[in-house]
Amino acid sequence: MNKGFEPNIVGFACNWCSYAGADLAGTSRIKYPPNIKIIRVMCTGRVTPAFILKSFQNGADGVLVAGCHPGDCHYIAGNLKCEKIMDVVKRLVGILGIGKERLRLEWVSASEGGRFADVVTEFTEQVRELGPLSGKSQG
Amino acid sequence: MEEVRIGVFVCDCGSNIAGFLDVPEVVTYARTLPNVVFAKENLYSCSETGITEIKNGVKENNLTRVVVASCTPRTHEPTFRSACVEADLNPFYFEMVNIREHCSWVHMQDREKATDKAKDLVRIGVAKAALLEAQESIVANVNTRVLVIGGGVAGLTAAVSFSRRGFEVVLIEKERKPGGRLNDLYMLYPYNIKASDVIEQKISDATSSPLIEIHTSSVIKSVKGYVGNYEVCVDVDDGKSLDISCGVIVVATGASVLEPWGLYNYDGQNIITQLELEKRLKRGDLSVGSIVMVQCVGARIEKRNYCSKICCMTAIKNATLIKEANSGTNIFILYEDIQCYGVEGEALLRKAKEVGVRFVNCDTAKPPAMGDRSIKVYHQALGREVELRYDLLVLSTPMIAREDATALSRLLRVPTDESGFFLEAHVKLRPIDFATDGIYLCGSAHWPADVRESISQAMGAVARASIHLTRGFVEVDPIVSTLADEDLCVGCGLCAALCPYGAIEIIETPKGKKANMISVACKGCGVCGSTCYHRAIKMNHFSNEQISAQIAAVAGS
Repeated sequence: MNKGFEPNIVGFACNWCSYAGADLAGTSRIKYPPNIKIIRVMCTGRVTPAFILKSFQNGADGVLVAGCHPGDCHYIAGNLKCEKIMDVVKRLVGILGIGKERLRLEWVSASEGGRFADVVTEFTEQVRELGPLSGKSQG
Repeated sequence: MEEVRIGVFVCDCGSNIAGFLDVPEVVTYARTLPNVVFAKENLYSCSETGITEIKNGVKENNLTRVVVASCTPRTHEPTFRSACVEADLNPFYFEMVNIREHCSWVHMQDREKATDKAKDLVRIGVAKAALLEAQESIVANVNTRVLVIGGGVAGLTAAVSFSRRGFEVVLIEKERKPGGRLNDLYMLYPYNIKASDVIEQKISDATSSPLIEIHTSSVIKSVKGYVGNYEVCVDVDDGKSLDISCGVIVVATGASVLEPWGLYNYDGQNIITQLELEKRLKRGDLSVGSIVMVQCVGARIEKRNYCSKICCMTAIKNATLIKEANSGTNIFILYEDIQCYGVEGEALLRKAKEVGVRFVNCDTAKPPAMGDRSIKVYHQALGREVELRYDLLVLSTPMIAREDATALSRLLRVPTDESGFFLEAHVKLRPIDFATDGIYLCGSAHWPADVRESISQAMGAVARASIHLTRGFVEVDPIVSTLADEDLCVGCGLCAALCPYGAIEIIETPKGKKANMISVACKGCGVCGSTCYHRAIKMNHFSNEQISAQIAAVAGS
């Protein structure tokens, strides 16, 4: 049913770990699906619930938030603050009928280019399986 | 309100981008985007020609915002920001779009999709660019005192070099005496200089300098601050704690050597590591008839997949020294591959063979097996298993990251790689800097390094750090939070409680309790901006409006 469906995925990646991990995937020439578009933030602690909801509202079928592993945050613990916010936002998108499977928080370090590609590939496939969100949440 | 005139420069990066997506199509597309008045293809945007093209583009088209679609901002944003400054544009009127690492290099298999994604990314970048605001750098003075962590050959070299430039140095050493690994070593390749001569000279240079203060048996407890103004708390040897104010920090903590318990019946007696062999050679109590050395023990395996790089030369050097001292000693070196890089390495390997050290190439599929005071190995040239008797079995084990490296990396807020070694800012462009300004890296803390490399890196780290020290001031990136609307602030204090740097305080004002931002201490994480539910706080350069525009642009609206 979802054959031919190309999900639109918004990625928020922190400058120091996950954005750098994505850079390493690039320098290592590790393939992954092109559906994700990354928005760089200095820290995942910058990602607000509004950003997630706006992403879905604007046509994203999935949102990936990627930050440093616990303990590795460049800003000490911004990633853990993000984790707390994401726990709440996940419940919210569940209640709203968007489905919490469409929101993913992952830890990817600057040295994990392969892991970045794996996470994106796996999440893209998951969202592809879930099908398009548009029509459900507009407005 | 001023007119927003955006120029988009799309880089070919030679064939790195242009080889895998349609750059002219991206340029044509960029011209259709709102506020874009100019778009151009560059062969190499970061080259002198490319920079000139950007500067001319700004001037000839009265551009007020610049977007470069090329590689990662993590390495090239400063270059293009400088180009904007040279074109009389505020550097924060620049936005970078990553169509290389995040596009052409990862979607090489599908030119059409890569082109589409590059267009999407450019659209997202242009959306943000339209809302960019000028920022002025925050200038702070630099404390010219230096902290060096680690008193081995790298740390001592760095400390002495700083002192010769006239800077005060505090050197922190974890052990009871400085010298590090060289205290245990016998001779150093390639010229068989005594390790003790080298390190004693370094220690004497450091201890005799009035500018260097050495603390042994000391451990870093906490690190606060930013480039130019770090505050470090250290537990010193007499149980007290010491507060150090410094402008820059050099990490020279070295590495450990793997003790291969569980491999080749290692016992530290007759089956020892190269490091233990060095100690015996140094003491001069080595008289054995047969020695077998095994390379890559515990290295280049799944768990530890890297080559420690220095062990081959160490084994060749030790075997040659033993053979030269006593030609009657039988020495075999069992190896999979031999790594003798550098100018002298190959000559030393030939010399080892000349003096009678015998090299046996092992098959990884048929690893050596232990016998009783012997080791059995499949000899590739003979095509059969041979049994080599030994009095001493020496295992060449890799250098491994120190156990406490992770703890230190967290205190300094700098990363480590997957093997636990400290990770530099960029492998080629910034090999001895950390991504965090004002913190530098040298020696085996970074990666297994020999003495010569450790010294070179230490001198390099000093040169890099001295840029800040001699300038005397730093410009702190103005990516900080500001109280954009004081009236909206209710003084709840959530931001102050969540700020990891104590950069926000709640003060009494005529309008009641309000947040006060201490910009120079702010690191720009944005946690305050995302948790301020009254939207009184604004994150410069990553504002709600800018990120919302990017989000809206993802979907093409």
